[in-house]
Amino acid sequence: MEINTKTNIQPVIDPRFKLLDRSLTKHQNKGDALIEVLHAAQGIFGYLDDELLVYIAHKLKIPLSMIYGVATFYHYFRLKPVGEHTFVLCTGTACYVKGADEIQKVLEHRCNVKFGETTADKKVSLIAARCVGSCGLAPVAVLDEEVVGKLNTTDAITRVEQWIGK
Amino acid sequence: MTVEELKELSQKEKARQQKFKYRILYCSAAGCVSCGSGSLKDIFKEAFKENSFDKKCELVGTGCMGLCGEGPLVKILPDGTLYKKVDASIVKKIVRDHLINQQIVQENVIELSHPFFASQQKIVLKNCGEINADSIEEYIASDGYGALAKVLTEQKPEEVIEEIRKSGLRGRGGAGYPTGLKWGIVRKAVSERKFVICNADEGDPGAFMDRSILEGDPHRILEGMAIAGYAAGASQGYIYVRAEYPLAIERLKTAIKLAERLGLLGNRIFESNFNFRVDLRIGAGAFVCGEETALLRSIEGRRGRPRPRPPYPSEKGLWGMPTLINNVETFANIAPIIIRSSEWFSKIGTPKSPGTKVFALAGQIKNTGLIEVPMGITLRKIVFDIGGGTPDGTEFKAVQTGGPSGGCIPIEHLDIQVDYEALATVGSMMGSGGMIVMDSTSKMVEVAKYFMEFSVDESCGKCIPCRVGTKHIHSLLHKISKKSATIEDIQLLEELCAMVKDTSLCGLGQSAPNPVFSTLRYFRHEYEKLLKPVENYVPSSKISNEK
Repeated sequence: MEINTKTNIQPVIDPRFKLLDRSLTKHQNKGDALIEVLHAAQGIFGYLDDELLVYIAHKLKIPLSMIYGVATFYHYFRLKPVGEHTFVLCTGTACYVKGADEIQKVLEHRCNVKFGETTADKKVSLIAARCVGSCGLAPVAVLDEEVVGKLNTTDAITRVEQWIGK
Repeated sequence: MTVEELKELSQKEKARQQKFKYRILYCSAAGCVSCGSGSLKDIFKEAFKENSFDKKCELVGTGCMGLCGEGPLVKILPDGTLYKKVDASIVKKIVRDHLINQQIVQENVIELSHPFFASQQKIVLKNCGEINADSIEEYIASDGYGALAKVLTEQKPEEVIEEIRKSGLRGRGGAGYPTGLKWGIVRKAVSERKFVICNADEGDPGAFMDRSILEGDPHRILEGMAIAGYAAGASQGYIYVRAEYPLAIERLKTAIKLAERLGLLGNRIFESNFNFRVDLRIGAGAFVCGEETALLRSIEGRRGRPRPRPPYPSEKGLWGMPTLINNVETFANIAPIIIRSSEWFSKIGTPKSPGTKVFALAGQIKNTGLIEVPMGITLRKIVFDIGGGTPDGTEFKAVQTGGPSGGCIPIEHLDIQVDYEALATVGSMMGSGGMIVMDSTSKMVEVAKYFMEFSVDESCGKCIPCRVGTKHIHSLLHKISKKSATIEDIQLLEELCAMVKDTSLCGLGQSAPNPVFSTLRYFRHEYEKLLKPVENYVPSSKISNEK
């Protein structure tokens, strides 16, 4: 990761940093609140880019390497922007037994990207979740925050095609 | 708040509830919300308006009612009728026929005498699906915070620990360590500060018990934690909850705020000298953080990597101080034990594992959902009576318990009584309580590969047996499923699994080979069927037939 640590911190013009500062103040700029701060940052910015991590390192007085370590360790943190729409497919055991792997295959084929990636036109991101905890409705997917249960391959493709606009 | 004020509040809430002719409870847990229960409130209101029927009804959004596969569920009180698959047209029928003309809408009724409900015994889930999780008054009206009041005004910390010890309650996170013993160790540890942590990092895929408890009855957890804090001598609690459970996080936040407002958390609770605060810590999607030492690191804001034990967290935990870590379900058992005594609790279940256990039933089974059964019940009863067996008459093959750390139990072992020891003897484990039923469409080598992929992904990378071993187990399984493996590969697989099990640092690595062990033990023929044909080779199944 090549980042110029000096020029990117100041001056902060983006108003979103004010929101982040509020969260930092709430945790009194303490290092042990790092995960909370990263949650807040991802909530505000959508993903954690390099500049943002540098800013947080500077504020919490923690080495950037450690912040990068934490951000990459946890699956929940994203270091790349996601597409306009997100298709979060649950790949938990119940969903697997009920055929989530089939859905995964057809979606990957249709969108021409693997799970964990975003389509070239930045329209759709395919994300695999470990378990969203709605196993009674397996297979489950979360489409743009909306939980959809008892999914099948045709429904999944239809939804994605609506997003792509075909 | 004093004990009298608590009783007064409880009376007031009960009187308020009795004013309504009907109380309509609709399930607002994640499962039913995703089949559309979120809009039920408005639909009901509209139906009231259409039939000019109002004022005598209260609409209450509750926690999980259990039968998730038939949602959205609606319960009508006082008669207790339960309706399944309620949509706009059914709502209209319920309002017109049931509420106005007192005629039950037969086609959507769920019979409560059905084994799914009749075989259950609810302690932990007693309030789930019965009360509004966002209302502290409703919790208080069902004896909530009564246990906390009792221990703070009548009992010494040692007496509380003794009561929990006598009850025989064992940790519901999976390992089954006696809860009273753990509390005693933290009590005895000498330190300026101590902590209580609720482990709500329910990472097992296929398990959603903790989520349902947190969403349906969050105050029960806060009360259990406060009692634990009093017994252990801690004044700060943390709940470590998964980021994947946004609804549970919201409800916990509300619950903490309401409890603080009434003085049930904070300083001088029930005018005693006991202070207790609870804060939330949100996880970030690392399965290994369910392991207690990794969880501690994560709360400290670092990478969730486990460390060797001892020292155990009860001696050296959060920031090096004695820390009591219990699972959500364990905390949910505390208040009932205090109120109804340890003798009552120890009589439920089996002598070695008293009490009940909540299981999440899912997979190829008719009645998916959340159940609470006494320990010692047979797996057959859970799968075939409560769960209704496999759907469309497909053939039952195995039930998987314990998530990626557990194993698959085949049909010949379905008559074992469910408790910590019995499940271990058949090569599985209690785990947190996910139960996934597989039918003949599931290929066991693929299942083992699926779990191993999970372990490869979730290994934190600290110790080599787990980091490298799981990867190689996975590639061996892949080789087998691609039909290019030989009998030597299976031997290698077994050796490798034994090595990973014996030498890994934490529970994740030690139990990661379990799915392979158990599928090899019971479904070896499926592995052997996929082997590359070798001359002069006799499969083991043939050898056993000849004997």
